[in-house]
Amino acid sequence: MARIALEHVDKTYPNGYVAARDLSLEAADGELLVLVGPSGSGKSTVLRLMAGLERVSDGVIRIGKRDVTDLPPQQRDIAMVFQNYALYPHMTVRDNLGFGLSIRKQPRSVIEDRVRAVAASLGLDALLDRKPAQLSGGQRQRVALGRAIVREPLAFLFDEPLSNLDAQLRVETRVELSRLHRKLGATMVYVTHDQSEALTLGDRIAVLKEGVLQQVDTPMKLYEEPANKFVAGFIGSPGMNFFEGVLTRVGSGGMCTFQGADFTIRVPCDAGAEGRVVLGIRPQHLEITDDSARGDGVVRAEVGVVEPMGNEQIVYVTLPDGGRAVAVAPVQPRITAGEKVSIRVRPEGIHVFDARSGKRIGR
Amino acid sequence: MTSVGTAGFRAKRQKVGGVHWGRWLFVAALIVLMLFTLFPFYWAIVASLTPDAALFRDPSLWPQQIILDHYRALFGERDFITPIRNSLVVAGTTTIFCLCIGTLAAYALARLEFKGKAAIMAFILAVTMFPQISIVSPLYLLLRSLHLIDTYPGLIMPYMTFAMPLTVWVLTGSIRQIPKDLEEAAHVDGATRRQSFTKILLPLAIPSLATTGILTFIYCWNEFLFALSFTLGPERQTVPVAIALFRGQYQVPWGEILAAAVVATAPVAAMVLIFQRRIVQGLTAGAVKG
Repeated sequence: MARIALEHVDKTYPNGYVAARDLSLEAADGELLVLVGPSGSGKSTVLRLMAGLERVSDGVIRIGKRDVTDLPPQQRDIAMVFQNYALYPHMTVRDNLGFGLSIRKQPRSVIEDRVRAVAASLGLDALLDRKPAQLSGGQRQRVALGRAIVREPLAFLFDEPLSNLDAQLRVETRVELSRLHRKLGATMVYVTHDQSEALTLGDRIAVLKEGVLQQVDTPMKLYEEPANKFVAGFIGSPGMNFFEGVLTRVGSGGMCTFQGADFTIRVPCDAGAEGRVVLGIRPQHLEITDDSARGDGVVRAEVGVVEPMGNEQIVYVTLPDGGRAVAVAPVQPRITAGEKVSIRVRPEGIHVFDARSGKRIGR
Repeated sequence: MTSVGTAGFRAKRQKVGGVHWGRWLFVAALIVLMLFTLFPFYWAIVASLTPDAALFRDPSLWPQQIILDHYRALFGERDFITPIRNSLVVAGTTTIFCLCIGTLAAYALARLEFKGKAAIMAFILAVTMFPQISIVSPLYLLLRSLHLIDTYPGLIMPYMTFAMPLTVWVLTGSIRQIPKDLEEAAHVDGATRRQSFTKILLPLAIPSLATTGILTFIYCWNEFLFALSFTLGPERQTVPVAIALFRGQYQVPWGEILAAAVVATAPVAAMVLIFQRRIVQGLTAGAVKG
């Protein structure tokens, strides 16, 4: 097992599209690093750069201690699981699993043993003589996984491996992957656009936007201390609410007043945090109370849509000036569409972002 | 709500009935088409088994009296084995060369990044646009100066120039259809470019290789103009030329000509039937994306 490191990597395609810009990123030995971002953020390209399927325009890639920047994929000794599995359709499951070993001229008996062991651990024993066409989506996914494991590579790369599975299977396989990671203790880099997948799987998560690294941190840190407005909006579900306004210092006690279009609230603030800002508040920190509530950090609103989730309800509201917000409320009391309510902002859940740069300048 | 439901149900039933009728119509059309295309072949077989005299007196759809004289004459009085051998050698060699070179060219055009790809594709296609007749004489002079008139290479090389564009175009198209992920997966698994080509791409391209192979073979097997122009005697003549030269000064031996046509069609038909199973098998296996 080995670490994978990108050092100041640039990737520009011949048509001028920039997929990675001065990217430095490391997956430590034995770590599961998740690359997450919206489509077009360059996350898949980063994975392909690690695999050697794309060449960097500038920078260095290391696997272990070795500089692999100019090595083709077959010399990097890594395994990759593709989004559409990329099983070889003309080969049986057995041959699919053993392909990497037979290419490396391993003795037949060794291949047979390893394939058997991996097939047994993934529950594929009965399917060894089938062709990929005869397998279900979940079985194909496991074969793709098995093909990676059999070779005992230095590191694993996953390119949205769960996106073709149905919802229930996706959750099961996610747990399975997590268990596998712990069992193998292998370095894994996992690409996804699904932030909940990222939060549940990753030791650390790297958030990418337009080829630029926004933040690398543990899931909780990312959620609680997002580096900027983009990360804050991307991580967490439902997404964070943003309110534009002006921050003015009051007194010398480290407190400011936020004056937005819809409401006013006092927030703690650091020096130099005045001016035009965006307030970020997670739906979990918006409390729905009855219509009569008034005061600091309270705003009146009309309920648009209510999504009952069983253990909670997600409430979409329209604010007096037409702005929208999302709140997560307990199941009781029932909230109905069209109802007039008040929303109270819990001061402990407030993030302050600079309006221009989007950087987080306070809590 | 209920009325909409029943209306929808009725519409569905009508549609089912429509499909039923459509199927019968389809089968009927298929039968007509088969009669239309197979009749000449059937007639050739019947005529080749009928004595010449009967053929002209009262031709009948059903053979009245079956004789094998024409076939006997084909291999007895005439040496029809030689043209068949010549055709097999020329068409077979051309097909093999076309497939080998064509596959490599198609792989490059489908998978590698280089400048002027579109221009090359257009240029390859342009070769087929020359009317054959317009280049017979220059080609004859060229082959004569190379001392290739009345030789196998003298036919194989011109055939290749005309068959190759088809091979390259069809194969380029079908290789593009094979997901690139498969080769990338093979690379990551440790395969070199050559290994991913031979172990992954080639097996998946077999159906289209078979198709282009058949088309090339049939083209060479039936080609007449070059074969007539670039051969001198019966030693190197191919089947179409030999058949054409059956007719004498005073009579046309229809029985023998048709017998020869039947004999010449048989190997091609057999080959297509053999490969067809392959093609269908290959298609179903390859159609499934990993």
